[in-house]
Amino acid sequence: VIETIVKMLFIVLVIMGAFLPLITWVERKQSAVMQDRIGANRADLFGVTLLGLLHPAADVLKLLTKEDVVPRGANRTLHLLAPVIALVPAIITLAVIPYGGTYRFGDSELSLVVADIDWGMLYVFAVGSIATYGAVIAGWASNNNWGLLGSMRASSQMISYEVTMGLSIVGLFMVYGTLRLTDMAEFQDQTFRVFGFLEHLFGMGVPGFLAWIRLPMWGIFLQPLGFLLFLTCIMAENKRPPFDAPEGESEIIAGYHMEYSGMRFGLFYTAEFLEVPVIAMLVTALFLGGWSIPWLSQETIIGGVSSVFGLGFATGLCMILHVGSFLVKTIVLIWLQMQLRWTLPRFRYDQVMDLCWKMILPISIANIFVTGFVILLVQGAS
Amino acid sequence: VSATVLFYLFGAIAVAGALGMVLNVRNTVAGALSLVGTMVALGGIYVLLDAYLVGVLQILVYAGAIVVLFLFVVMLLNLRRDVFAPTRTRIARVLAGAIGLVLAAWLVVFGAGLEAALPELPEGFGGYRAVGAQLFTDYVLMFEATSLLLLAAMVGAVILAKRKID
Repeated sequence: VIETIVKMLFIVLVIMGAFLPLITWVERKQSAVMQDRIGANRADLFGVTLLGLLHPAADVLKLLTKEDVVPRGANRTLHLLAPVIALVPAIITLAVIPYGGTYRFGDSELSLVVADIDWGMLYVFAVGSIATYGAVIAGWASNNNWGLLGSMRASSQMISYEVTMGLSIVGLFMVYGTLRLTDMAEFQDQTFRVFGFLEHLFGMGVPGFLAWIRLPMWGIFLQPLGFLLFLTCIMAENKRPPFDAPEGESEIIAGYHMEYSGMRFGLFYTAEFLEVPVIAMLVTALFLGGWSIPWLSQETIIGGVSSVFGLGFATGLCMILHVGSFLVKTIVLIWLQMQLRWTLPRFRYDQVMDLCWKMILPISIANIFVTGFVILLVQGAS
Repeated sequence: VSATVLFYLFGAIAVAGALGMVLNVRNTVAGALSLVGTMVALGGIYVLLDAYLVGVLQILVYAGAIVVLFLFVVMLLNLRRDVFAPTRTRIARVLAGAIGLVLAAWLVVFGAGLEAALPELPEGFGGYRAVGAQLFTDYVLMFEATSLLLLAAMVGAVILAKRKID
């Protein structure tokens, strides 16, 4: 139990304390670059601006010292509770993400995941479905018509995308044959022959040079469609542009959180921002091989290095490389999300719903059937 | 020991949530939110009982989807106060009291013997593999019948909604 608490505290501290401020800075700088501006560079300590890196600290300070207003006629309890409900699910999702594999040092084993549960992905979905309440309650409890409109949009959008998010990834579960995130990462730590299907399905011989072409067994190669659909759905769940209809400044001012000020508004903001790395890490673990390094499996690394430097050093090195690999992929996905957020304008509300029910849902179901068919073919052939 | 403590914790939350839902007749949203508390606590109790899949589905489906839809409808109709205050007829009160008494008596009579040894659980009990295997072999007919029922409900809802628009 103590090990779990220490791990969770460590991860929450690293992500909330170091990752999150950096991401707000990256978002500002990246939007500035994309819009040909200079970007955040005003906050300074004795004239030192550190490229605007002091802005996150200034933001928090400002939010903490602002007045915390509860509007008249609002439901006080729920108004105060809503930001917490919005933030907590994003934090506890961190518990099941595999930041690295399992490493054996002598007699002890170190596993770089907090809770290695068999129903990991179900846990992620369940926790994510609770996050809807934050936005829904916030708008209702504010006793404001714009807020209520925002809540209605939030609840219908998030429920719809929860359905398709689950369906879009079923194909991946069928391929992996598991819902445990650590097993998925381990599964992706191998490679497959790209043209192996010729031999499996048609009984043809694969020409020599083609047989050499191997790809890592990552979700993105096995389920490319699933990757696109899942990324779309989970970004819609996050409610950031272009899916920010619940907030829609130009139509409903700030939607569900317009009656919030100070750090309570800051909590909504934090929840949205925290979901960016959480999404990046989830998609990494599911589709981009998690901690695995392409074409270099854990045994290869440990076996290769330990013959020269000893087993302990090899395992340690492997662990550091794996965490580094996980971080690199996560950062790429965070960059991708920011890029999309500053490239696309907000979708109209009916477009958001049409995309979910008329595009993603049928494609996801087709994907499940095709995946099942291919799995049957491959199993039948081998 | 910790499982017992957790059981009482979840049990207390579930009961409090249920009471909150029943007693909050004037504020439908608060009532629905109390229901969420009950659902989540029940999910926790299922997990304590090793029924992981049922526990997670309880939260995912009931707390995460169905009650959100309730809330959606309540907000859409903007039922803030009083509109749905129940009519308390005498018959309803007597019936409700009688049912409550019978359930309480049943709990006292049969609950006392429940501390006897619980059966050993088979490997993987309550996980998605075990439940899925049962669902698609022994209970496949029931499963398909349920899906037909849901499909019929869905088609019915679409037709009703369509008539209104035309």
